[in-house]
Amino acid sequence: MHPHQGNGALREGPAGGQSDVFDPDAVVTARALSKRFGDFTAVDAVSFSIRKGEVFGFLGPNGAGKTSTMRMVSCLSPVTEGTLRVLGLDPNHDGPAIRRRLGLVPQDDTLDLELTVRDNLYLYGRYFDIDKREVRARVENLLEFAQLLEKGDEAVDKLSGGMKRRLTIARALISNPELVILDEPTTGLDPQARHLLWDRLYRLKQQGVTLVITTHYMDEAEQLCDRLVVMDKGRIVAAGSPRELIAEFATREVAELRFGVDENEKMADRLQGVAGRVEVLPDRLLVYTDDGDAVLQQVHELGLHAEAEFVRRSSLEDVFLRLTGRSLAD
Amino acid sequence: MASVTAVAPNTRRVPGFVRPYRYFLLRYRRTWRGTLTSSILYPLLYLLAMGVGLGHLVNSHLATHGGSARLGGVGYVQFIAPGLLVASAMQWGANESMYPVMGGLKWLKTYHALLATPVQVKDLVHGHLAWVATRVGGSSAVFLVVVAAFGYLVSPFAPLALFVAILTGLAFAAPVAAFTSTQDNDSALALMYRLGLVPLFLFSGTFFPIGQLPGWLQVAARLTPLYHGVALSRGLMLGHVSVVDELGHVGYLVGMMVIGLVWMRRSFTRRLVV
Repeated sequence: MHPHQGNGALREGPAGGQSDVFDPDAVVTARALSKRFGDFTAVDAVSFSIRKGEVFGFLGPNGAGKTSTMRMVSCLSPVTEGTLRVLGLDPNHDGPAIRRRLGLVPQDDTLDLELTVRDNLYLYGRYFDIDKREVRARVENLLEFAQLLEKGDEAVDKLSGGMKRRLTIARALISNPELVILDEPTTGLDPQARHLLWDRLYRLKQQGVTLVITTHYMDEAEQLCDRLVVMDKGRIVAAGSPRELIAEFATREVAELRFGVDENEKMADRLQGVAGRVEVLPDRLLVYTDDGDAVLQQVHELGLHAEAEFVRRSSLEDVFLRLTGRSLAD
Repeated sequence: MASVTAVAPNTRRVPGFVRPYRYFLLRYRRTWRGTLTSSILYPLLYLLAMGVGLGHLVNSHLATHGGSARLGGVGYVQFIAPGLLVASAMQWGANESMYPVMGGLKWLKTYHALLATPVQVKDLVHGHLAWVATRVGGSSAVFLVVVAAFGYLVSPFAPLALFVAILTGLAFAAPVAAFTSTQDNDSALALMYRLGLVPLFLFSGTFFPIGQLPGWLQVAARLTPLYHGVALSRGLMLGHVSVVDELGHVGYLVGMMVIGLVWMRRSFTRRLVV
């Protein structure tokens, strides 16, 4: 059993108490929300509440149900069970009205590759019935925001992955949305492109836009999210701010030890009781502790010599490992 | 909280189908050059090769055997022009509903981008068909103008053939788009073209009166949709109009379009709203 399955995520606290249903600041509220495809349950009775102006994250491995949840919140996918309110409206009845006020950055860019960067932005604005002149002005602003001014008249086909992603984000902003949903915004991008994108997202947050982000990168979640839920197999297994989650489910530091092939398991037994909780990964051991250097000291005193060893601070990766017994990257 | 019907500043609400229509229109404005051969040149090449080249043989044969009544008393070019118009309309309508639809659904996923905005599936379906009507109408108008320039349009009803072409294009576009949306890849589309559209093109009375076919094939030809489009357009362009017959033809094509539209809305919803 996971310690915080199902209703566990509903416990009182900053992450989402029951009273959130009546929270006037809630932009999105989900109660026991489920999505099934035939016999397969993609989202299993999740509850969460997203406040105005915050960056809210859904962290989990591929197949955890993040995208299905996002598609329901974006009114693209019908709710199977449970209640969902987005911007105070019911997606079952008010889909078009909600989507008018929402910006979506889907996992696939869904850009028209044969049209230019400008055309893609312009058309998207016209889907929202914005006046031609107004759209043209917004397109230029967004090209600047996305650092694509020089690429404006190029076919999208010619852009790099990072540029396409920035264009997709710019596109989602053309209607001045109150809520922007980003499904895996930086998957597949190189570190430089990711940092540029994060910077743009910070700017949006500063402008008061509510951001909802799914990611399977724990560093992205830590960098960007005010609060997040950890999802696994369609359920929310924990909820809180990155700092709260690390404090609750991990220790301050982690000592990483790499022994030889097949040695890790054996060494784990010898380390039990010596230090804090020990996790065995295929290629290394993780020892959870408040003082990593002291653990390394103790390991040396036992006469054990790792091929590689270092101490780092705990991260959301460790939270996920603790909650699911698996690493996020799996 | 803003009310559901509030209109944001700088926006003007339009009928739903207009939004996707804007996409198809702009896309066409950027890529129209590539479509000229199939939409303008091919039908005219057919008219030239068959009508003038083959037509010379046909006309002299019928003249010596006294059989020009079999073509309704007109020359071969005039006989096939209405057929070619409608057979081309069928192809234009179907073509717009095969690979472009697969692209929107799967390859480029541009339909998904549309549906992330206030656009709904029914808007997309109606916008697609409105766009098909525009494309077929435009190409058909060019064809008719060329035929008229050669002096082959004599009947006062001839301009109505434009609407027959649009109706035929839509009658094919709707079910073809619906079928495309049930497919995971394009292999069945090529098959539909070869086994469906090409035989229709050849055997629906486009190039010869179906009275030339063996009896059972005549019956089969009369059941196919293109035959009705061809008969309707030929009647109008040659001035042999029989109201009862024409109503039957129109009814067939409208029925096919409506059934296609209903199917299309259902299958697009099933494909896109999951």
